Amino acid sequence: MSAQDGIRIVVQEAPFDFGAEAERFAAGRTDLGAVVTFTGVVRDVAGGLDGMEIEHYPGMTEKALTKIATEARTRWSLGEVLVIHRYGKMAAGERIMMVATASAHRQHAFEAAEYLMDYLKSRAPFWKKESAGGDQSWVAAKDEDEAALDRW
Amino acid sequence: MIDVLYFAWVRERIGLPKERLETSAATVAALVEELKAREERYEAAFADLSALRVAVDQELTDFDASLDGAREVAFFPPMTGG
Repeated sequence: MSAQDGIRIVVQEAPFDFGAEAERFAAGRTDLGAVVTFTGVVRDVAGGLDGMEIEHYPGMTEKALTKIATEARTRWSLGEVLVIHRYGKMAAGERIMMVATASAHRQHAFEAAEYLMDYLKSRAPFWKKESAGGDQSWVAAKDEDEAALDRW
Repeated sequence: MIDVLYFAWVRERIGLPKERLETSAATVAALVEELKAREERYEAAFADLSALRVAVDQELTDFDASLDGAREVAFFPPMTGG
């Protein structure tokens, strides 16, 4: 975990308590009228997913997430930014990650949350591997995820 | 000496997560050529550089990047976070 200027980054293997995190986020900041949260969940698209394992690059992961959050704070007026991202094994339906943004007005909070998601999908060193029916396969990056960065 | 790290299918194809190498390669691309010349598994992992990403000292960069003063180079496929 690292904290600097309203940025909190958490990279951990254990599940996190979304309710508690959302409750605590920007608590007491009466100047921030808008809080946006996004949660990513392991999904079973085709049916039969036995689980997912996420590998990451310890050290670089925290740096990359901090860089993305810092950039978001330069582009939008944000009081607080939170990024939690898990690694290791998880099952369908489990929460993988969350971002939260707090701003005086909703537009900044919404846009910054989308920006964080777009960048951490293809610029933070995580790799997903799915297990289904005894087979394991690395999830391929999508062209549209890379293209999504062009709008910022 | 430089630490070379591999992640995801690059790690699986090469068969190890990390190794420490003595190299005189000036750039990432030159290091890749040295690795490919070592063994078939490296050749296989680095066959298509467009399918790979590289970080030098934990910063994303490209294959033309200099290794001058670098302590750590990592090779991996495009990232799939979120």
